This record gives sequence, C-alpha cells and structure tokens, in this order.
Amino acid sequence: MTHEQTSLYAAREPIFPRRVSGAFRRLKWQIMAVTLGIYYITPWIRWDRGPALPDQAVLVDLAHRRFYFFMIEIWPHEFYFVAGLLIMAGLGLFLFTAALGRVWCGYACPQTVWTDLFLLVERKVEGDRNARLRLHKAPWDARKWRLRLTKWAIWLVIAMATGGAWVFYFADAPTLARELATFEAPPVAWISIAVLTFTTFTFGGFMREQVCIYMCPWPRIQGAMMDEGTLTVAYRSWRGEPRGRGMKRHAGDGAITRAAGPQIGGRSPVLPMQFREGRVVLPEPQAGAAQGPGDCIDCNACVNVCPMGIDIRDGQQMACITCALCIDACDEVMEKVGRPRGLIDYLALSDAPRERAGGAPQSVWRHVLRPRNLVYTGLWAAIGVGLLLALVLRPTIELTVAPVRNPTFVTLSDGAIRNAYDVRVRNREGSLQNIAFSLAGAPGMSLGVEGVDDTTVAVEADSQRLIRVYVTAADDTPAAESDRTEIALTVRDTVTGESATVETTFNGDPE
Amino acid sequence: MASPHDKDHVETTGHSWDGIEEYNNPLPRWWLWTFYATIAWGLLYTILYPAWPLVHGATTGVMAWSTRGDVAAEIQAVREGQADMRAALVDADLATLPQNEALNGFAVQAGAALFRTNCSQCHGSGAAGADGYPNLLDDDWLWGGQIDQIAFTIRHGIRNEVDPDARYSQMPAFGEILAPAEIETLVQHVQSLPEGNDPLGGEGGALFADNCASCHGEDARGNRDVGAPNLTDAIWLNAHDDASLTTLISKGPFGVMPPWGDRLGEAGVRALAAYVHQLGGGEPTPEPTPGQPKE
Repeated sequence: MTHEQTSLYAAREPIFPRRVSGAFRRLKWQIMAVTLGIYYITPWIRWDRGPALPDQAVLVDLAHRRFYFFMIEIWPHEFYFVAGLLIMAGLGLFLFTAALGRVWCGYACPQTVWTDLFLLVERKVEGDRNARLRLHKAPWDARKWRLRLTKWAIWLVIAMATGGAWVFYFADAPTLARELATFEAPPVAWISIAVLTFTTFTFGGFMREQVCIYMCPWPRIQGAMMDEGTLTVAYRSWRGEPRGRGMKRHAGDGAITRAAGPQIGGRSPVLPMQFREGRVVLPEPQAGAAQGPGDCIDCNACVNVCPMGIDIRDGQQMACITCALCIDACDEVMEKVGRPRGLIDYLALSDAPRERAGGAPQSVWRHVLRPRNLVYTGLWAAIGVGLLLALVLRPTIELTVAPVRNPTFVTLSDGAIRNAYDVRVRNREGSLQNIAFSLAGAPGMSLGVEGVDDTTVAVEADSQRLIRVYVTAADDTPAAESDRTEIALTVRDTVTGESATVETTFNGDPE
Repeated sequence: MASPHDKDHVETTGHSWDGIEEYNNPLPRWWLWTFYATIAWGLLYTILYPAWPLVHGATTGVMAWSTRGDVAAEIQAVREGQADMRAALVDADLATLPQNEALNGFAVQAGAALFRTNCSQCHGSGAAGADGYPNLLDDDWLWGGQIDQIAFTIRHGIRNEVDPDARYSQMPAFGEILAPAEIETLVQHVQSLPEGNDPLGGEGGALFADNCASCHGEDARGNRDVGAPNLTDAIWLNAHDDASLTTLISKGPFGVMPPWGDRLGEAGVRALAAYVHQLGGGEPTPEPTPGQPKE
C-alpha cells in the first residue's frame, strides 16, 4: 500500500467570470428584471377587501392564520390548496427538467439571479475579468481596500433590501416600513431581515457556485430526471476537435493529449466511469475530424465566462447550471473566425450520433413534445384545473358540527331528551353575517341555540364562531326513546340566502 | 470540486486495498471550518445552558435558564395579560354578564379551565354529574339556576363546616322516625310522583304531607331555599330504584360541596358561574321588581 500525503479538503478557487453579450445573456437580464421586480414590488400592491380585511394583495398573515392572494383568501383548513400548488411546482420541475434540463438553475433560481446581480456590481466596481484577477493578486493597498469596501457596501445594501422585502409579505407593508424606519418593528422582523441579509450577502457574494455544488440537492435530483431527449447545453466535440489555438493541425490521434470526456449526457470526468486504467477514455476519433483541425480554437472564452468555473467541453457535468453564457461566448468567437455558430449549443444526447453521422439534429419541438413531457403537462394541468374548480366552488359560509359526547344526552325535567352540538360556523365574507339555524329531524324535535332566544346569531366578518346548539326530543317521542336518529343541521345567511348543511345524529335514551 | 483539467490521471487518497484505490474528491475547506464552528457552538451551548450530567443533577449553565423558569415566566405573563379582564369580571353585574360578549367569552373560557381542574372530580368532566352529584347540564336546580345564585353556591359551598354562609339544610334520617312499612309506602309513593299522581293522595300522600311536604312542598315541587329537590320531574339526583330510595329516606342524604371563594378568588368564582350558567340549564335573572331588593 502506497501512501502519499494528500489533502482531503480543497480551498475554493476564486472564479472571475468575464462579461459576455448575446441572446442568452439578454434573456437572463430580462428574467432577472422580471423576477426581482416581482419579488420587490408585490408586497406593495394594494387590493381592497372591505374594511374588516387587510388591503394587501399578497399577504401571509400568520398571526390571524390567513393567506391572501389578490381575490383569493385561504384559511388554514384549506391547506390542500398549498399542497396542490406544491405538487404542481414539483410536476412543473419534472416537466422543465425533462424538456430543458436544468433550466431552473440557469435562469430562475434565486441563487443564480442574486449571484448574477452581485457579479454585475462586482464588474461595475472592480472591472472585468482581467482587472479583477489583477486586483485579486494585488497587495492590500488603499485602492484595493477602497474597491473592496465599495463592492461589499453595495452588496450589503442589496442583501438588506432582499431581507427587507421578505418581511413585507408577512405584515402590512406600509405599516411595517414605518415601524422599521422608526425602529419600532417587532423583533421577528429584525431577525428575519438579519438572517436573510446574512445569507444573501454570503451566498451571493462569497459562496456562489459552492452553494450549487455542495449545498443544493437539485443538481443530483435533476440529473436523474433528464434523459437522452432532454435539451441541454453541450459542446459539439465532433465539430470542435481536435482543438488548438492557431494550430497547424496534424492528423493522427497521437496529437490529442487532452480531450473531452463523454460529451453529452455523460458525467463529470472526476467520476470513475470516464476513466479506465487511469486514463480518460477518449471518444473514438472520427474519420473526418481526424483529418484537419476542428472548429474549437481553444480560446477559453467558454471557460472564462462560466460563473461555475467549469469547462463545458468536458461534457455535461453536475456543476453545470446550464446558464448558456458559454453559448453566447462561443458564438461571438465563431463569428469572428468565420465559422458557423453553435459549436456550443442546446443539444440533446440523442442528437449526437445523428450529427456525428452528418445528419441534422431533431427540431426543438420534437424534443419538447415528447410523450413524457406531454404526460407531465397533462398531470400538471389536471391538478391546476382541479384547484381552480375547488377555488371557484367553495362556499362563503361553512359549518362543522361536533356532537357533544360527554354526556351523549341530558334528561330534562319534563322528561325530554336533549343533545348538545358544538357547531363552528365560518363566515368567509368581508362583512358580518346573520345566520339562522334550522333542523331537519324527526317529529317532536326542536332546536335551541345557547345564549339567544331565537335561532339567529351573528358571525363577525372573516371569522369562525363556536356556537352551542341544542336539539331536544319531547318525552315519549320515537327520537327520545331510540338510540340513534339521523338529523341535519342547516345554517342559512339571512341576507344572501346561502346555506350549508351537515348531517349528524341524535342520541336518545332507549331505557 | 476537483478540477479535472490538465490531468489524465485522477487524484487518489493514496489508500489502496487489494488494488482498489479510493478517489479523492476533496470536501471544500469551508465545510471543514463550518464543522469546527458547530463544535465550538456546541461547547459554548453547554456552558450557557444546563447540560453536563453530574452525580446529583446537572450543570446549571451560566444563563440560569430552566424550563421551569420558562413556564413560570409564561404563567406570569398570562396573569398580567388577564389582569384587566379579571378586574372587569369582579366589577361586572352578573345578571347582565351574558350580554357582554367579550367579558362573557373570557369568563366562560376561564371557567371551563377552572371546572376541569376543580369541579370535574365530582360533577364529571362533561358536567353531567353522577349518583348524588348534580347534573349541571339540565334545567333542574337544587339551590337556584340564576347566575348569581350559582355564583353564591360556588363561593360558599353546601353543608360544609368551613364557610358560615354555606347553603345548609338537612333531611332527617327517617329510619329513626318512621316504621319500615311506612318507608316502603313512601318509596312507592315518591316513585309515582313524576307520573302525575297527587302528592297528597292515598296512604303515601298522608305520610308525605306529615313528613315531607314541609320542605318538598305540598305539590312536591321542592323548595330552592332549602335545597329540596322537585320530586315531580323526570330528574333524579340519586338512583331511584326501591333499594336506593329506601336507604336514602332511612338515612337521609347529606351532599357536601366545599366553598371555593377563598381558593379561586372572586374572579374565579364568577368565571365558573358564567361557565356553568351557559351549559344548557342556566336560568335568566328576572328584572328586579321595585321595592324588592335583590339577593
């Protein structure tokens, strides 16, 4: 057994992504603007629900156990809506991953969006890749301190705004903003802001790709959701190899000292599969490709722009978030050297043999409209339609009835048998409801409500009221003398006429 | 993540067993520091909070924190939070309490908690009573079902020797007064009363008039001033088969309830009264007629 000293822990290698422009970069800026816009602006949208209810369009009211989303109001017992939305989110992730790989990671994940924003600040303050590299190596003089402190200060402001926006989803935004400004906000608001400020600052500024590679489970899970028909960012090795900068390229495989591992759909070369007998297993040299130099001029533009610090030419790998910036970078270079674009491109594994054989890849639609994706879409839509129906059909008045079983019945002085029911009436309207109880039961039964002379009670707006209801069967009636009698309690809104009915049982005294 | 660049040979840890080597995919160094930080945090935690077991007990921690202290602080906070409501309840007019929704709601909730702790042992957790212990759900009351009558009963208790204001009465042990045959006749007579028999009719009626009517009334409908139950209704405080009734009349019942005024305080008594009053049998307080002072 040989034993040489190797470190089990690796220091982070700093990454200095170069600025890039192109279609995907533009798309990412747009998505950043939209997602950050939604995040920061949403709590400030107002929505009138009447005087008794908050006027914030989107509000998670934990204190009163309500969730408001524009015209929708969710009570705790309707948590199935949230469960349904989570299932839809899961299925949506299946769908997007099966169709477009880790498109969530590359475009919409908050870690990606905020890292992108932090990188933008970094670039504005410290300059592009080369300037940042120089600054990184420079001694800590006044200039370096000035640039670093400026950058950190701006990051901190963004981080605080991020944490600050979060708390507005849980309280009336203008009120809370005023409380924050006058230092009267509750401690939980300050703690939430502090935690999110800290995580945003460290994750966006310093952890970056480490979060994706070591902390996030998605890369592992999503790798298992992709198949050979999934479109993902890949390098056309058959077009690019053998690569070299201004290389007077010779034929012959001996010239290739280092080449890509399995290109598409393969795994990271650090995994054992790509190695046999300690060597990278190279793709079979193509007859045509081996003749002359490939399109890749080994300019490293794709590596330099990568926020994850990887080389896409090593093949699809776990660290790749498919942000597609390497596509933009490579297209720019290909244009300059007069070669066709798309050396790095959105490709599917199943297209690789087709293209190697000189054919054209399948169209994007053929990849997207696969049965698997259609099934995901169908399931996703079915749950969505189900939730919408449940939402539209739910009543504005609700009733639950709990028969009091301790004791099951009470004998009154005139020999009548009385049952009590703990009734909860939920008024989901923004105004006070006057509700009337009625009873469908056997002959000789009557209805009473604790605390009132008749059977009408008021239920405050947007609230639940516990009411004790009595059903009495007169002496010597069948209901009074039989073990069980089926009855039904109905509440009716005396104004709108809307009603709710619950069936329950009446217990008599068979002795 | 180990960078594969410039290597056609992947790094191994150097460990090799029968030719099987272990690849080195090194953890990030910050992970290691995070691990050390959690250890430091854990040690700090055991200094601040009770942690290390000793022979008797455990270290108390420098912050003097305990779950007991937490509970005490929580109880104190609830007490302070309820102080206003308690004061309002003590000052309130019991007769109109049910109309005061906020205060009555507080009283009923507080009363329910007090009932479960202090009353359920005899009256049952559902207040349905038991043999000899009144059912508080029905519409029959021994000493009165208006809310202030209930409060008085709770405050001073019944037939106890502690509170001089306790409600008091005593049914004689008729076994020492009447012959067994007479008691037998009375038992049959009393059992027939709820069916509408004339309380004063027949042989049993004569015995009833001589011995019972002074408290239970000539109509046998009872007398709340002395806690004498109504014998004509469908409700029985005790078992009413022949044997039980014979024992009851021979020996005389003597139900005792302790006074709760000193133990629960006036706010507690009123809360309990409000709770019991809304269990289904509470009687409304009549409008006071002029010239007749309220109890």
